Amino acid sequence: MGKKTAAIVGFSEWKPQKKWPTSMFSLEAMAQLAAETLADAKFEKHEIDGIVIGGVPESPVFAPSAVAEYLNLQTSFNEIVDLGGASPAGMIWRAAAAIEVGVCESVLVLCPGVPSPSYRDAKSKLLPTMIYMGGDAWGSPQSQWEIPVGLVAAVPSYAMAAQRYRAIYGYDEEILAKISVQHRDNAQANPNAIFYGKPITVDDVMISRYVADPIKLLEIVMPCDGGGAMLITSAERATRTPHRPTFVSGYGEFMTHKSITNMPDFLHSPLAAASERAFRMAGMRREEIDLACLYDSFTITVLLAIEGAGFCKPGQGQAFVREHDLRYHGDWPLNTHGGQLSFGQPRLAGGLSHFIEATRQIQGRADARQIAHCDRAFCSGSGGMLSEQIAVILEGA
Amino acid sequence: MMLAYAENGRPLPLVAPISQPFFDAAREQKLLLQKCPRDGFFFYPRSHCPHCLKTDWSWQPARASGKVYSFTIERMGQDPSQRARIPFVIAVVDLDEGVRIIGNIVDCAHEDVRVSMAVNVCFEIIDNMPLTCFRSVSAT
Repeated sequence: MGKKTAAIVGFSEWKPQKKWPTSMFSLEAMAQLAAETLADAKFEKHEIDGIVIGGVPESPVFAPSAVAEYLNLQTSFNEIVDLGGASPAGMIWRAAAAIEVGVCESVLVLCPGVPSPSYRDAKSKLLPTMIYMGGDAWGSPQSQWEIPVGLVAAVPSYAMAAQRYRAIYGYDEEILAKISVQHRDNAQANPNAIFYGKPITVDDVMISRYVADPIKLLEIVMPCDGGGAMLITSAERATRTPHRPTFVSGYGEFMTHKSITNMPDFLHSPLAAASERAFRMAGMRREEIDLACLYDSFTITVLLAIEGAGFCKPGQGQAFVREHDLRYHGDWPLNTHGGQLSFGQPRLAGGLSHFIEATRQIQGRADARQIAHCDRAFCSGSGGMLSEQIAVILEGA
Repeated sequence: MMLAYAENGRPLPLVAPISQPFFDAAREQKLLLQKCPRDGFFFYPRSHCPHCLKTDWSWQPARASGKVYSFTIERMGQDPSQRARIPFVIAVVDLDEGVRIIGNIVDCAHEDVRVSMAVNVCFEIIDNMPLTCFRSVSAT
C-alpha cells in the first residue's frame, strides 16, 4: 500500500452559515481554528512547526509570518497556496510532502471562511477582482478578450464544459439532477449542512432556472461562511493521538491553463494526470476506494471528476451515475457530508470540507452517516476554470 | 491601469502594447493573428511563441472563419457591468488557422446556436474599441 509517513490526526470544522453573525479578522479565526484542532488531536501548540494557509486579508504579503507571529509559533515550514478551490487540497499534500522530506513534523492547515472586517474598506476594489478571477489587471489576456465579452466568474466557463459534453456524449439533465439530489440526501444526515432538513427532488432541480445553459440554479454550490482546519503530523507522532491516523498515502497535481478558453480539451480534465500519479503513489486500484469526496462546484464538475479520476471511461459518467447510488448508504458513497452543493461552500473551507469528511469517515466519526467500511478515500480539489486539479488518497492506519 | 467602461457600462478591452496591432486591425473588421515560422498561428497576442518561446513571429491576416467549440447563454449577469444585456451568448470558436478565440454570438437566435456551427468573426465597435463577435455563416 501507499505512503504511511504523514497522517491527518485532527480537524476543526465550523457549521456553515449563510451569513456569519459577526465579522472576525482572519487571524482571529485562524487562532480559534488552531486551538480547536490542537484540542481535537490532543496536541500542544509548541509541537507545531509548520503552517499552510491560503492567504491573510490583514497581511496580503508576508502572510505566513503574520500567522506565525499571531499564534506565536516557531515554524520551519511556511507556505501560502494560491490554487483557487483546489487550495486546501494543495495545502494538504504540500504539508504531507514537507513532513516526508523531513523539514518539519507537524503542520497546521488553516482555512477560515468568515467575513473579515479588513475586507470591508477594500470591498468595492475586491469584488471585480474576485468575479474577474484576478484577470482585470493591465496586460492580462482576460482583460483584453474575456471580461469585455462577459466571460467572468465560474458559471459560464463550467456551462461551456457542460455544453461541449452535451454535444459530444449527449446529456441527460435528469442524471445531472440526480447528482444534486443525492448530495442533498446526504446532507439530511448531517446536521451541520446548510441544507439540513431541506431535501429536494429531481423535479425541483429540473424546474430551477437556467443560470448559464445548461447549468441550472440547483446544480450550483451554495456559497456561505464557515471555516475549517486540519493537523497533519509524522507517523511517529500520529500513533499517540486519540483518533485513527489517516495517512496521506498518495497525491498528484496537474494544471494546464487558467481561463477555460485555453483548456486543451474541455472534456478531459487535468484531474486525470493528477489521479494517475496519486493512485500510483498509493499503490492502489480504483476498486479499492471506499469513499469518494470529489470537489463539487457544479454537477458537471462531479461528472467530469468521476471520469477524470478514472472511476469510469470518458463519456460514461452519466451511465455511472445512473447505475450507482451515491448516498452514504449507497453502493458508491460520494460526498457523504452533502458536498459543497448541499453542505455549503464556506469560501476556502469548502474545498477542505471534502478532506474533513473523508478523515471523519476513516476515523469512524461520521455519526448517522457513517459508512460501514471506510479505510480508503479518494479526494479531489478543483480550482479555477477546471484548471488546478488535485487528487489525494487518504488511508486509515 | 484599470478597466475602462463604455458609455453603456460595458467593460472595454484593456489593450496591452503587444496586442495593439490586433485591435487596430479589428477596428477595421480585419482579424490579425500572430504566426510563428515553426509552430504556426497562435492566440492571444504574446511576446513569445507559446510553443517554442522564440520571438521571430509576424502578424498575418486570418480567414476569420471557424466553428463553435462550445458556448453558453449567460443569464445571471454576475458582472454588474454586463447585466443590462443578459441573456447573451458567449462562445469559444476554433478558427480555421487552428486557434481558439472567444466572443459573443450576434445576429442569431439563442436557441439556434450549436456546437460545430460555422461562424465568421466580426467586431462590434463600442466607444471606438472592437469587441470580438461571431456571426453564423448560414445567417449571412
